[in-house]
Amino acid sequence: MNFDRIKEKLEILADAAKYDVSCSSSGSNRKNTKNGLGDSSGMGICHSYTEDGRCVSLLKILLTNHCIFDCAYCVTRRSNDIKRAAFKVQEVVDLTINFYRRNYIEGLFLSSGIFKSPDHTMERLIRVAKKLREEENFNGYIHLKSIPGASDELMREAGLYADRLSVNIEVPTVSGLKLLAPEKKHEDFTKPMLKVKNEIIQFKNERKFIKSTPKYAPAGQSTQMIVGATGESDRDIMYSANYYYKQYNMKRVYYSGYVPITTDPRLPAITSQVPMLRENRLYQTDWLLRFYGFDIRELLNNDHPNLDLDIDPKLSWALRNQHLFPVNINTADKSMLARIPGLGMRSVFKILQARKYRKLNWEHLKAIGIALNRAKYFIVCDSRLWERKDWTPEQIKSKIIKTSSSKFRKDYSTQLNLFDHAS
Amino acid sequence: MHPKILIYDGTFKGLLTCIFQIYEEKLTEYSIYPEGYNQNDFFANQEHVITDEEKSGRVLESFKKYTSKKAVHRIYRAFLSEIPGVELLIVDFFKHIFEQKTDLSDDFSHPPILKIAQIDRKVGREKHRMEAFIRFELLKDGIFFTKIAPDFNVLPLILKHFKNRYADQQWIIYDEKRQFGLYYNLNKVTPISLDFKNNSKKNTNILHEDEISFQKLWKSYFDASNIKSRKNTKLHLQHVPKRYWKYLTEKTIIM
Repeated sequence: MNFDRIKEKLEILADAAKYDVSCSSSGSNRKNTKNGLGDSSGMGICHSYTEDGRCVSLLKILLTNHCIFDCAYCVTRRSNDIKRAAFKVQEVVDLTINFYRRNYIEGLFLSSGIFKSPDHTMERLIRVAKKLREEENFNGYIHLKSIPGASDELMREAGLYADRLSVNIEVPTVSGLKLLAPEKKHEDFTKPMLKVKNEIIQFKNERKFIKSTPKYAPAGQSTQMIVGATGESDRDIMYSANYYYKQYNMKRVYYSGYVPITTDPRLPAITSQVPMLRENRLYQTDWLLRFYGFDIRELLNNDHPNLDLDIDPKLSWALRNQHLFPVNINTADKSMLARIPGLGMRSVFKILQARKYRKLNWEHLKAIGIALNRAKYFIVCDSRLWERKDWTPEQIKSKIIKTSSSKFRKDYSTQLNLFDHAS
Repeated sequence: MHPKILIYDGTFKGLLTCIFQIYEEKLTEYSIYPEGYNQNDFFANQEHVITDEEKSGRVLESFKKYTSKKAVHRIYRAFLSEIPGVELLIVDFFKHIFEQKTDLSDDFSHPPILKIAQIDRKVGREKHRMEAFIRFELLKDGIFFTKIAPDFNVLPLILKHFKNRYADQQWIIYDEKRQFGLYYNLNKVTPISLDFKNNSKKNTNILHEDEISFQKLWKSYFDASNIKSRKNTKLHLQHVPKRYWKYLTEKTIIM
């Protein structure tokens, strides 16, 4: 192995792949068989974290950053003047195996610029995965990118070796796509998605009758949207996320705050900030949809097309729906407990457990570790004291903001800071 | 009278034997220490409890009768924390169950039960961190080797994970703090102890010839996947506290 040459390629092709935020290595059920290498049946593991605080769980690289397309938002677009490189199939296999054996990674996340044609590219990605599975007896996690425009036959084959497949929709609206990636059609993205969805359903059904049916993408598929590149509202983003969850049984939709990489006039200026707080609020909303039983229309609608930046979406919803509160901690059902601001599902389960044995008061709640700084304005418990007077939503909001701190505070604080110059 | 001090051999079964004795002798005031624990009370009424397979088995069986596997597992993991005083919490947990004769193992408003659950989660986190942060180095003789010094005694808990994962390679995970390790010889895992006296920390001539090159590749990968404009040191440190950096090739290797 020529380590110097590999190092150079690795730096180029890892750098180009880093804007794909998915790093999940969970959700699969591939066990180690026949004393092979690797096991991805457990929960995902983050083996390290980069200095931007993102998890490193997979070897995330492009096979090549040569690309025939010229999408404005992408670093590897044809017209961008950057160093190009390409891995050989065997090189990717060797890197994956050697990193995995040292416990650096959970597996491989292989994406690629599109060279020659979508099918040509997809075929090469599949070859890497196939080699890992069949020649190296590798049972670690493999995430392959579905190349927009790839044929159904190849998508079917890809799922036989990959744990997860993903195709990034990138631009949440069709009009935005026309503007930034005029060479790609919306159907190029959705066609492989639909094929994968149908295959997953079919394989699951067959497995019910024939146990030896091979696994097909057991960790499902995911997609990613860039946030803040084309002026779309939070409602636009979340409604389309909701559509992909429902229509294509997505396991995950990722939101990626646009990192300015180019001076293209169609995009935000190179000096603009990455919208990290907005990204955070979108993920919170995503969680409310998937785990807290919220309907997207409750959180975002014509009256509220954008999420509040200064408070989280659940608190925001609760302040708009004061008539549903206070909730009695000792009698409310699970779905209502889940809607109390400041309570996570873990807290909800703790309350459900603890209240089996006795009625809970403030001390009990504190003892089992429930965070009350937001919740206390929305609940009553086995106590005659409670925080709920006839406060208006605005009063509650300002009380909560006063007593809480957020690392994002500087991003939305409109108050003038007297001491700015001193520091 | 001085409270009775029970000294046990540091094993889980030893502790269960202590519980048997507490019931047998109807002790109300007692404390429990593992062997070698420094306590200076010379006048105390000390007794060395000899671990007994049958007695410990009976205690565990009757506990299981009221509770679940999950509860036993939780207690065992809390035991592996080796936190001073965890023995008494465990005894309180057992007594509470034996008195109430029903599964109260999720009654977190009972302080010892909550405490055990919290310790269990700490141990679980350390276990998970070891599964994540261990970095093997390939030695000349084909063994993948690593040294660790976890806060809690998690080696018994991570055994299965590494055995399932690295079934086709020989590996050793050695706990420097507790001076024992696990060796997998492609067939089964056996406990081992090693003598490091003459070995410096990084002895490069026992490493496989490609080892350093792969470490450097990994470091390059790690650096290249960082997005500078999203730098977030607070979050980074929250995920990888500094005391774990010593494990991480990407944080320690000099290029």
